[in-house]
Amino acid sequence: MLSFLDGISQSLDAYLVLAGVLFAIGSFGFLARRNAISMLMSIELMLNAVNLAIIAFGAFSTSLNTDASVIALIVMASAAAEATVGLAIVIAIYRNRRTPLVDEYDAMRQ
Amino acid sequence: MTLPETIPFLGFGWDDALFMLLAAILIGAALLVVGLRDIIRCGLAMIICFAALAGIYVIAGAPVVAAAQVLVYIGAISVLVLFAIMLTQTKAGPRELVFQTQAVPAAVLSLILAFVFAIVVGSTQWPVSTERVWTNTTDLAKKLFADYTLPFEVVSVLLLAAVIGGVFLAKRDRRDTD
Repeated sequence: MLSFLDGISQSLDAYLVLAGVLFAIGSFGFLARRNAISMLMSIELMLNAVNLAIIAFGAFSTSLNTDASVIALIVMASAAAEATVGLAIVIAIYRNRRTPLVDEYDAMRQ
Repeated sequence: MTLPETIPFLGFGWDDALFMLLAAILIGAALLVVGLRDIIRCGLAMIICFAALAGIYVIAGAPVVAAAQVLVYIGAISVLVLFAIMLTQTKAGPRELVFQTQAVPAAVLSLILAFVFAIVVGSTQWPVSTERVWTNTTDLAKKLFADYTLPFEVVSVLLLAAVIGGVFLAKRDRRDTD
């Protein structure tokens, strides 16, 4: 029973499909949410999905193993910088417009 | 007492079970992040999502990245996001509409994206070994501080620029205070 699931943590495909599903969920959140901070959280989900794919490729390749970890660490640092600047921009806009909802930021449409 | 090789009655190994448990937590928490009405709960679900991902990094054999995930994402970015939520949330927030009008096309598009990813992954023969490789931390440190010294320093400059830029953007203008 369920023995076809044996070795699923040893297959690259499982990690990559997981990363793809996480990326798709993040892209849905980015496209569909109204709140600017929710959109930033969805971007974090997508960055995490890409990081998972990088780590998965590194985990199944002897020559890329340490490089993948280094690249993932650099992506994490970039994500931290992106979150800092993005949330600062959201707070600056909130101070002027008194709303965190992106569909009410219509100053350039009028 | 030693554990049996595979889980009794189910027929797969213990790390496979752990992987599937963490993957289920990861996907469920990610769905809660994009779907919940109250945004502060979205932020808390994001912490669970990051923690499950750290567990998956450990199963994938990258413990240093898992530790960095806990420190950077759970420790720093989540706290930053929660502070931003608390600074910008109004009392009417949870009662308002959560999704834009294009939510249904976005959902269809995301499903198509996930299926395309799954098909591409399933139909490609990756030129990799079939065995997991565990990351040697000493090798990782040598790589990071010898081969990747320039990116390391550039990232530190980037973080400094982000800190200064964040303070500048979020700073309240003196003339506007009332």
